[in-house]
Amino acid sequence: MTPSGGTPTGLRLYRPRVSTLWWTRKRTYFVFVMRELSSIFVAWFVVYLVVLIYAVGQGEAAYRRFLDWASAPWVTVLNVVTLMFVLLHAVTWFKLTPQAMAVRVAGRRVPGFHIIAGQYTGLVVVSGFVLWLVRR
Amino acid sequence: MADSIPLRVSRFRPDTDSEPHWQEYDVPLRKEWTVLDGLNHVKNEVDTTLSFRWSCRMGICGSCGMNVDGEPRLTCGTFLSDYEPGPITIEPLSNFPVVRDLVVDLSDFMNKLPRVKPWIIRDDSDRMVEPDVEYLQTPEELDAYKQFSMCINCMLCYSACPVYGLDPDFIGPAAIALAERYDLDSRDRGNRERLDVLIEHDGVWGCTFVGECTRVCPKHVDPASAIQRYKVKAAMETVKAFLLPRGAR
Repeated sequence: MTPSGGTPTGLRLYRPRVSTLWWTRKRTYFVFVMRELSSIFVAWFVVYLVVLIYAVGQGEAAYRRFLDWASAPWVTVLNVVTLMFVLLHAVTWFKLTPQAMAVRVAGRRVPGFHIIAGQYTGLVVVSGFVLWLVRR
Repeated sequence: MADSIPLRVSRFRPDTDSEPHWQEYDVPLRKEWTVLDGLNHVKNEVDTTLSFRWSCRMGICGSCGMNVDGEPRLTCGTFLSDYEPGPITIEPLSNFPVVRDLVVDLSDFMNKLPRVKPWIIRDDSDRMVEPDVEYLQTPEELDAYKQFSMCINCMLCYSACPVYGLDPDFIGPAAIALAERYDLDSRDRGNRERLDVLIEHDGVWGCTFVGECTRVCPKHVDPASAIQRYKVKAAMETVKAFLLPRGAR
């Protein structure tokens, strides 16, 4: 925090400075920063998926090598942490969607709860489809 | 219930102090007393040098916003008994220069607000045809913007917004909510003019959707929603500018 000089009105003002650790002060700020940070982990899952698909495309030997690498402890730990962040990403953004989307049906605003429920339904349907695709 | 509760108040006197310091006052703890009542008790009975803003005492004027235990609140709507046994820390709103004690300088907001043109804009042709006609609205048309018209400029949202704290050029939650209030008004034709201001770097795109503005808003205006809806609008305009011929936009 630093004091400041004068203003056009001749008043001497005190200008508080935002500390670098501002996001640790409140739970809501902390959750926000974690939500922003989660984007990096989402990007990691995208890279992981691309590498997986590439390995599958290269044939069985390459796919086996990928599986060996993917089962290394550090990759497993990274993926578990990534899963946590991706879940946080999904939950927090789902929760925020009704604020960004004012959906009107027949002149009336759709309640936020319905929009959030729609997203979770979509998530369950897509996850079910992927599971069916993988296990069939 | 105890007889009294300690208030830990941030003091800053520009003529003598280089930075704020704390001062404690014991005030009577009564069930119906708000933090503002406690401060007025101090001002009237204990220490006349304490400075703070207030006016209506009923959550309408938006003057008495302060940080109470680190949260931006209207002190006239914040009860002492909710903070028992105290002490209750009372600081000026964050992200604004402090003039004295609990009084902050709001000139930054006062300069930003007119930039979003928070008034009804009509086409020149409307004015020529109907100079003093009444513009009627249906209840649905009123509903579309009513929520955003409840803003009382109390600045709690600016105090809660870390983006405004880190980048004071950001035009801020209340100004954007008020722009949305006029954009959604069926009588208004100023969308394009406001979008030109808000599409800039220090407009809606500065917002990272922390959502704190909405959480602290005492009038349930939901400025975060106004900003995100503006982003959708701005993005749609950009897409339209790419895809559609000029006449169809």
